[in-house]
Amino acid sequence: MTETQAGIQAAEEMAAVEERSVDSAVSLRGITKRFDDVVAVDNVNLDIADGEFFALLGPSGCGKTTTLRMIAGLEFPTEGSLTIFGDEVGTLPPNKRPVNTVFQNYALFPHMSVLDNVTFGLRMQGVSKSEAKQRATDAIAMVQLEGREQRKPSQLSGGQQQRVALARALVNRPKVLLLDEPLGALDLKLRQQMQGELKSLQRELGITFVFVTHDQEEALTMSDRIAVMNEGLLLQVSDPESLYERPVNRFVADFIGQTNLLDATAEADNTVCLANGVRVAVDHDLAIGTKLALCLRPERASVVADADGDAAQTTAGHYLPGVVKRVTYLGTDRIYDVALDWMELEVREGNRPGSGRFVEGDRVNVIWEPDSVAVVPDDGSSTGADRS
Amino acid sequence: MTAVGPSVEPRGLPRFAMRANAWLVYLFFYAPIFLLIVFSFSDDRLVGRWGGFTLRWYGEFANNSEVQQSLWVSVRVAVLSTLVAVVLGTLAALALVRFRFFGKKVFDALLYLPVIIPDVTMAVMMLLFFTRLFDVLDDTFGLQLAKGFGSIVVSHVAFNISFVSIVVRARLEGMNETLEEAAVDLYATPWQSFRYVTFPQILPGIAGGALLALTLSLDDVVISQFVAGPGSTTLPVFVFGLIRRGVTPMINAVSVVMLVASVTLVVLSLVAQRSRDAAGSDG
Amino acid sequence: MTAVAERIDEPVGVADVERQAARERRRRGFLLALPAYAYLVFFFALPLVAVGVFSFATRNRFGGVDLAEWNLDSYRKLGEDIVFDILLRSFSLALLTTAICLVLAYPFAYFIATRSETVRNVMLVFVLIPFWTNFLVRNYAWRLLLGNDGPVSQVSQLLGLGEVRILFTPLAVVIGLVYSFLPFMILPLYAAIERIDWRLVEASRDLYATGRQSWTKVVFPLSMPGVIAGSILVFVPSLGAYVTPEILGGAKTTLLGSYIVSQFLTARNWPAGAALSMVLLTVMLMTTIIYFRSGGRNL
Repeated sequence: MTETQAGIQAAEEMAAVEERSVDSAVSLRGITKRFDDVVAVDNVNLDIADGEFFALLGPSGCGKTTTLRMIAGLEFPTEGSLTIFGDEVGTLPPNKRPVNTVFQNYALFPHMSVLDNVTFGLRMQGVSKSEAKQRATDAIAMVQLEGREQRKPSQLSGGQQQRVALARALVNRPKVLLLDEPLGALDLKLRQQMQGELKSLQRELGITFVFVTHDQEEALTMSDRIAVMNEGLLLQVSDPESLYERPVNRFVADFIGQTNLLDATAEADNTVCLANGVRVAVDHDLAIGTKLALCLRPERASVVADADGDAAQTTAGHYLPGVVKRVTYLGTDRIYDVALDWMELEVREGNRPGSGRFVEGDRVNVIWEPDSVAVVPDDGSSTGADRS
Repeated sequence: MTAVGPSVEPRGLPRFAMRANAWLVYLFFYAPIFLLIVFSFSDDRLVGRWGGFTLRWYGEFANNSEVQQSLWVSVRVAVLSTLVAVVLGTLAALALVRFRFFGKKVFDALLYLPVIIPDVTMAVMMLLFFTRLFDVLDDTFGLQLAKGFGSIVVSHVAFNISFVSIVVRARLEGMNETLEEAAVDLYATPWQSFRYVTFPQILPGIAGGALLALTLSLDDVVISQFVAGPGSTTLPVFVFGLIRRGVTPMINAVSVVMLVASVTLVVLSLVAQRSRDAAGSDG
Repeated sequence: MTAVAERIDEPVGVADVERQAARERRRRGFLLALPAYAYLVFFFALPLVAVGVFSFATRNRFGGVDLAEWNLDSYRKLGEDIVFDILLRSFSLALLTTAICLVLAYPFAYFIATRSETVRNVMLVFVLIPFWTNFLVRNYAWRLLLGNDGPVSQVSQLLGLGEVRILFTPLAVVIGLVYSFLPFMILPLYAAIERIDWRLVEASRDLYATGRQSWTKVVFPLSMPGVIAGSILVFVPSLGAYVTPEILGGAKTTLLGSYIVSQFLTARNWPAGAALSMVLLTVMLMTTIIYFRSGGRNL
């Protein structure tokens, strides 16, 4: 990270600490969690706005679940301050917090009926039996499980258990709903359906949802904003589009969607020099000589026949010659793996009639528009550039 | 592993009480054993008083021919009944876990009974049975049989089969059945798949079952007392008789020897199991 | 394709082969079980029947048994004051033992189950060692401790509390029984608590339960199989205990186990002893049925 960037970020953090916006539902300041010698969450600063659908995204072991558990009160931070609607909750036990959790694999009480599960939280808060039952019945209706009140959790399907878990949490009218991989145990079809339902439920209720997932597609689909974590660090917080278009480093670029990362060095006049010496024009404000990577999404590049190279260069600005190594047919798209002399690029082309068709061994040029690449600093945070 | 957060751990007084209770339970478990060992070295005719260090009670124990004799009976009973019970119990476990057969449910129930039946009831059962059996044999065949070494071994096998089969069964149930299918897929005959796949896997279970059988056989007082004959007194029965007549410091010494023997057996089995597990996870 | 064609041609043949293979497996299973099966039928089930038969028999004048005259005399004896007292005392001492074991073992088992894996294994080993040590020796150790000149009494005198006379009282018997059977309570409890999904506890805390509420509403109900299994494993052997009351109890505190033994070895009233054994057996069977009814799997 360059000095200027670090400076800007530090300044932003300072500003955030001072402001601590009044309307943020959950606010983390310098939150660190250590288990013995392992740092699970490392100095995280985060504000989640009221009414937001917020995702914590990252690979397993990145600290996202620990962060969620600290908000729930199931773990206590080693350092830092954690507020929910302005109230410091640092070491407050979970039963004293205005948040509820939908647990991974739901954690439904196996010895209680659906109704008893849903009324549990209300009864513990001292709500009268009749009122608890009324509210639980409403909540069960909301998740469309009428008539199954007396079933035991083991008598329900995975999707139904998921709904019970949701009703059990929402019946308490929490200020913030926490969801730990809520859809992880469902099959693809059901998961997609539930994604839509969760999203509209959140819009309807206006409650802040904070959900943890390792599935970047799920995060992009559902969230207003996404926080990407890796190895305990918070890497980037932004809306799905900025996350995809302007990742802050190689890890984020690589983790969100498919990407080609081309190593390069910054030069003056908004140009960078690729590893093979080709110069490419991009917007950047980096010091000359800085190592960086160009993030070129597969669908932003196209493949043209070698003979068209010169013409393409004049219209599109950039081209790199190579050989088609593999063609994968996906129905809607075709994926070309193109071998350059120094790396391999993935290009995804829409499957429209008349679009160029190439076969293995064809000599081609890969072309792209200058404004369709993002520059990420080469901070060595890449964990798997060859992720396929 | 699911993370266990702090909400599982009680706070304040309950937390303190729980910790204190744990230490008290251990104190309760070990203080009597520890004091018994200490007093077995005490040079005082009164069993519970310290009178300086001595080894003379161990010497007395070593020179007591009755103790020697009953010890020898005990060891033979334990080893013999364990051997028989291990073979029969392992076969029974295999049959119950891997096969379906006529009368399986009855067999299953029959295997559980000896585990939960009180000693005294089992002792009564065996006494009545052997008395009646020997009467019948005498009347019909003129066979003159008497209770003794044989009837003790037979009775011990009867309860040990169940314990062995339960331990081996648990191990078999934890074992992946696809391993055997893989062996058969790789051209093993049923016998070869048992010999080279199943058997090595359940061996720790068999060893554990055998150890349990040995311990139970060496522990038993009541049943042995009921079905023993002249000259076939086991060590626990002999020591029990001594205690009832009045305690002497020699009993302390005998007890410590029995204690050391049983602890050694446990430690050996733990070590064996651990090294086997380590070898398994390395391979 | 040919295989399919063959199947269609000879459906009966395929079914036959399958049926034969199943029969062969069943035969193999039966043969494996047979040695133990036969052994237990002959040397366990038959003796069990023998106890039943003898309990209906009559004692003759020479201390022998007449099997020919069946009657309920021995069972009527259960109503006599002496026998009834013994039954009552045995049941109450066994219940007390079970209760004490439960109170000691539950927090202990919970403590072990919530430790890290390494600590847990070490703690379990130190429970197993007394569990495996010789039963007679363990009871004898208390005889030594509780004697009138024993260490407990000496300590109490040093503290100015005077001589302790516990030995040969019901209290000594209860201490001995708790000491003998506590591991039988700890181990099933541990197994049941360890199996609890801790996220359920977290879920209850998340749903506003206090620590105490989450224990009564979630942990305890879920550990119920362990509570029942442990209670049976302590109650049944305590009720039939013989060695412990013989070593630690006095002449005035005869319990069921000792009384049964005396019917055989001294009073020579075998039918009465057999009838009392039937009482023990009935209790054992009833508790076991309760356990399996309550959803327990195995003890």
